[in-house]
Amino acid sequence: MKKYDPTKKWTGPTRPYDLIKEATIAFVVVALLSISLAALLSSPDEKAVTLQSWSTSAPADFVQTAAGELAGSTTSAQYGPPYNTAADGQQLGPLKVQKIAGVRIPINSAQDFVIKPLGTLNDSTANAAIAQWNGATENQQSTWATSYADALTKASSAVAIADPTGKFGPVPTLVSSLYSMAKSGALDGALTTSDSPLPTNFTKPLLFLADSGSYFPGLADAQHLSGDQWGVMNETGSWPGQSWLWLYSFWYQIDPFKSSGNADILVMSLMGLLSLGFVLIPFFPILHRIPERIPIHRIIWRDWYRSERKND
Amino acid sequence: MWTVRVRKATLEKFEPEDLLPDSQPAYVSSWIYVFGVLTIAAFMMLIISGLVLTLEGPAWWHTSKYGHFFNSLHLWNVELFFLFMVVHLWGKFWMAAWRGKRTMTWVTGCVAFFASIFTGFTGYLIQTNFDSQWIATQAKDGFNAVGIGAYFNALNTGQALLIHVSLLPIALGVIVVAHVILVRKKGVVPPIESSLE
Amino acid sequence: MVLSLINLNHPAHYISVGSLSVSLGNLIMVLMAFVLFGLALALPFPGHKSDDSKSKKGGE
Repeated sequence: MKKYDPTKKWTGPTRPYDLIKEATIAFVVVALLSISLAALLSSPDEKAVTLQSWSTSAPADFVQTAAGELAGSTTSAQYGPPYNTAADGQQLGPLKVQKIAGVRIPINSAQDFVIKPLGTLNDSTANAAIAQWNGATENQQSTWATSYADALTKASSAVAIADPTGKFGPVPTLVSSLYSMAKSGALDGALTTSDSPLPTNFTKPLLFLADSGSYFPGLADAQHLSGDQWGVMNETGSWPGQSWLWLYSFWYQIDPFKSSGNADILVMSLMGLLSLGFVLIPFFPILHRIPERIPIHRIIWRDWYRSERKND
Repeated sequence: MWTVRVRKATLEKFEPEDLLPDSQPAYVSSWIYVFGVLTIAAFMMLIISGLVLTLEGPAWWHTSKYGHFFNSLHLWNVELFFLFMVVHLWGKFWMAAWRGKRTMTWVTGCVAFFASIFTGFTGYLIQTNFDSQWIATQAKDGFNAVGIGAYFNALNTGQALLIHVSLLPIALGVIVVAHVILVRKKGVVPPIESSLE
Repeated sequence: MVLSLINLNHPAHYISVGSLSVSLGNLIMVLMAFVLFGLALALPFPGHKSDDSKSKKGGE
């Protein structure tokens, strides 16, 4: 078979080619195909959840989370950078990457999710509870809130625990006030507009929602969107999702990633390496020879090889 | 004058015969070769449907049946875009299409693939529905873990929207144009057994 | 609102094998990729024989 230099312009046999015709046909085909799919199958739209829908549908979970924010026991309160210094965050070997990045989106869970929103109500009962909270030491605040959060968890479906002796301090009032505020819809507004009256940044309400113990994760679980359900790949309803994220999702299903506290940085680093390797396949000694060793190309170019052998 | 030199070099680099040829090598005769242009066609449909969604804003599709249709059109073109791109990628791998100094064609193609994944991800973030809320709160952990969460804040819908609608389409467009120009300049890679190497 | 001729607005079917769990929708998309790749390789490409008269042998 005649050999050609692949670095030089092609000097062998050619066939006519209408590039614009090919592009036009491709466009028409894809347009018709996608229009048909859109008309036949539509697309999913599960309504967004709000702090109002959360407090109304899962009151116990809401008040437990609210108490947890005051106690500093929620995910956001214990997160670390970029929100606070409560933890160092994830690390890659000795590299504390998350810590190095620093606190750049400062969030104080108790103040931002409970105290400050309640302060916008101009309600005397809430204001008194706020004053009592702000006037107490950190230790006292922690004792009140932790014991109230524990009591709520023990009671499982209660939205309030009676406190005749006042051992929980202002916490029951703060949590009940926040609960009422959420049910009315006012908390959604207060949290969303806390940094700007015309917001496009939903960090605060989403971080609060993500602290939910059962409501928010439960909704995701029901739609198979959780991390241990290959959720990264999935879509709500029966629509196809992001199947191209299969390998990223895969690592979270197996050890050591599955049970590691550093799962995210491990998976991201691994995927970064594999992606780089993929881009650099032409430089890898054995990898770049695979297409020659497993000759699928003989099927692709069978007509060409046949005509070349005929010419020999 | 350097400006004249730039003009001359540009015209020499991008000859019309290369960019819009009327013939192609005889070995380009397999259906695998149509998947590149099919991917670009899906990309065009994404731009068009995306522009319609842009005109009415990100919440339009929740309340308008026309808006919902264009959202569906956009979503299904995302699925087709990745479907065609993956088949194109498989074809190019099994053809070892990086041969003959075509490394940059392979590299720009891979970068386009990863840029597309990130573009799609920002698209999912701006749906303003439950799915986007869940994706945002989950994805933030990945970005925070590698230290970029403060710069790319998945919970900041405004940032995701602007990135998805302006920054990434432009970046992806530039990468795709570079990729296609490289294909036209270097020519379609010759068959493995017909190549000197 | 979801208006369509085929209603996909219900929980998906999941196919689970060991720790692998994939939705029917995603599985169809992945299988489509393999099917299209296979068809692209297997299906004859038109115009090859009839092109002999039109094709140029090229400079040698």
